[in-house]
Amino acid sequence: MKSFREWFRDWDSGRYDLTEMTASSGEAFREDPDSGSSRWARTEVFSIRADVTGTFRKLYPVMSLILCAVIIVFLLYTVEALPPFASADTPANAGEVSLRYNSMALEETGALNVVSGVILDYRAFDTLGESHVLFAAAVAVFILMLEPTKGAGPETLGVSPDTVLEGTARVLGPVIAVFGIYIILNGHLGPGGGFAGGSVLSGAMILIRMTSRGRDGKGLLSMKGYRIITASSLIFYSLAKGYSFWCGANGHETIFSAGEAGRIFSAGLILPLNIAVGAVVACTMYGFYSIFTGGEV
Amino acid sequence: MNLQSVWDARVQCAAVVLFAVGFSSLLLHRNLFKKIIGLNIMETASYLFLTATGYIRGRTAPIVTGSAAEAAKYVNPLPAGLVLTGIVVSVSFTAVMLSLMIRLYREYRTLDLDEIYELVHSDPKEGRA
Repeated sequence: MKSFREWFRDWDSGRYDLTEMTASSGEAFREDPDSGSSRWARTEVFSIRADVTGTFRKLYPVMSLILCAVIIVFLLYTVEALPPFASADTPANAGEVSLRYNSMALEETGALNVVSGVILDYRAFDTLGESHVLFAAAVAVFILMLEPTKGAGPETLGVSPDTVLEGTARVLGPVIAVFGIYIILNGHLGPGGGFAGGSVLSGAMILIRMTSRGRDGKGLLSMKGYRIITASSLIFYSLAKGYSFWCGANGHETIFSAGEAGRIFSAGLILPLNIAVGAVVACTMYGFYSIFTGGEV
Repeated sequence: MNLQSVWDARVQCAAVVLFAVGFSSLLLHRNLFKKIIGLNIMETASYLFLTATGYIRGRTAPIVTGSAAEAAKYVNPLPAGLVLTGIVVSVSFTAVMLSLMIRLYREYRTLDLDEIYELVHSDPKEGRA
């Protein structure tokens, strides 16, 4: 079994050639890495490359700065050719889509916050993919960080116990959490929504975890709890939007009506979808923090 | 390019300069963490540009306060939704890049790209443990 470093070196020196793989049917990989011929070849290649990097290293910053300057000049010319800034008559602002959103969103979605109506009703498919991107990133981070590495263990970020900090966090943490939940629930009535509220909620959870680490050493959320919350939120989102897509495509009326604007139980599916998105965002951010500081979820 | 038109579009020009700052730090730094920060600065520049595209002078945020929705009262809500999507995606891939960086650090005990390159090509038996 090759180590990570050997794999990386072989890949970097171009030994994984697909044509060679098919031609010699893997003969190139079974050769002894300590045999003389391959060792000689590798040292020769490396010495040439080191010479190239010497001149390359001097030229590289100059070329990078020239490239950046050229990009600035090109983009400034492009900006100058754009429609005037902050005008209502530009094609982007006077287009049919944004006019329709601004004039019809309250009637069609029932959300006072037009942006919430756009991202969770008109463009809900986009937001569904976005939540899944976040989930996929969380899975990738867990795979990369939870795999045991040989040699040094994971570095734990030590936060020394501090009485003032702990007391402040004990008072402030629940207040911030309640504020985050308020932002999530208020998404269709005012500024807010699942993403913003989920971030605030995860901030409260991270604060509590940071300051209570010395005391019990356990997080607020187990790996199993994370899996259950995230997966059920995403499944609920997919099913709910699948239902409304099915209804929209077949011309049925959905059972979720827009309701009376301004009430908390209005705007159809926007409130439950905001809660689902907020749960995914809060748990994923908290998971990122606890994984990166070397603990478990 | 006259100066008056550049001054009129100063927000977009700031976005362009921010983009170049991020790109140059992406190119010039050898530390992987600083490269990731440079990439994040570039993303911020694109969000600033998108938000500036949707802004209309003298109008308010698209949150309906009156009884009826008037399209002429609010700014364009579409770029706000796009920026929201972009922020979430950038958070996701920043997290993935950071975890890859941590794996590299655990293997090589450095974040300098040149040192990693030399360690990759040195003999693992003679190299650092």
